[in-house]
Amino acid sequence: MAKNKQINKKNVHILARFRGWIQAAAALLTNMHLPNFLNGSLNRGKGKYACVPGLNCYSCPGAAGSCPIGAFQAVVGSSKFKFSYYVTGILILLGVLLGRFICGFLCPFGWFQELLHKIPSPKLSTQKLKPLRYLKYGILLVMVILLPMVVVNELGMGDPFFCKYLCPQGVLEGAIPLSITNEGIRTALGTLFSWKAFVLLAVILGSVFFYRPFCKWLCPLGAFYALLNRVSLFQMKVDKDKCVSCGACAKACKMDVDVTRQPNHAECIRCGMCMKSCPTHAICYQYGFGDLSKAKEISTEKKELKK
Amino acid sequence: MVFKKAAVQVLLLLAGIAMLIFGIWREEAQTVFSKAIRLCMECVGIG
Repeated sequence: MAKNKQINKKNVHILARFRGWIQAAAALLTNMHLPNFLNGSLNRGKGKYACVPGLNCYSCPGAAGSCPIGAFQAVVGSSKFKFSYYVTGILILLGVLLGRFICGFLCPFGWFQELLHKIPSPKLSTQKLKPLRYLKYGILLVMVILLPMVVVNELGMGDPFFCKYLCPQGVLEGAIPLSITNEGIRTALGTLFSWKAFVLLAVILGSVFFYRPFCKWLCPLGAFYALLNRVSLFQMKVDKDKCVSCGACAKACKMDVDVTRQPNHAECIRCGMCMKSCPTHAICYQYGFGDLSKAKEISTEKKELKK
Repeated sequence: MVFKKAAVQVLLLLAGIAMLIFGIWREEAQTVFSKAIRLCMECVGIG
């Protein structure tokens, strides 16, 4: 039995095998300015011209770069611009190159929710809550794009509605560490902070019982990458010759995806749980242009025709 | 189908690069930077 498990592990892609370590390293790299947590200051380095791939507040003392959602709203809500080509360009490039691999491997808040889900407790299925997945697209459209663009003051500046009213990362990574070391910030926290702390608490509690509730239902960054997941160069491939249709992969998937039906489903975060559960090793990662599984099928068909 | 998907991928990558360059040209990166190096009041819940 133990030998079988070892064989299974060896057959799983190295990325999926070491996913937890990759997530930890990504969270550390995204927040690499650790001494800032002690002195309560923010990093002012040039790295903040660029956006990090995951949801990570730029008011976190350790943040190495800018949060893409915060950066988009900062540009859209400024008096100079009404749309951010810069951040949209970065997000399109990241989405096409990696898709929701970013959610599964590189997002610090996704990793945080996964760690909470490891706390022993009854684990609840989200199969029947699938319609809630569409909420995140509404949040992306309304709170991130439309409201900062339309609801403006006399100077033409709009609020970052998502960051202000919904994002729990600002409290977790910004308000909590900064208020510990800075009395001025501590005394300035009021009703808005209480609301956002409530949202964070709800996400924390939800994450213990559900797998990644914020990623599934609320995250606008996940929604953007989900839109590009089908055309991402990072793809899942199911070898139909090897697949025995046992359904083990669909059962193992905590994002409620049946990889055999739609290998590049919008909700697939490339975590590799399906690969680990597959008894015939029919599922693997592939990287490149085009639909690689179909490209292989066409080339084998051509070879057969030549024979 | 294979080539159609590849064409979409190439087009999106080119569009992403073009948008990125256009955004840098009209100094959006400066706006991002100046917001990111200061405390974001809305993000931390001050308002």
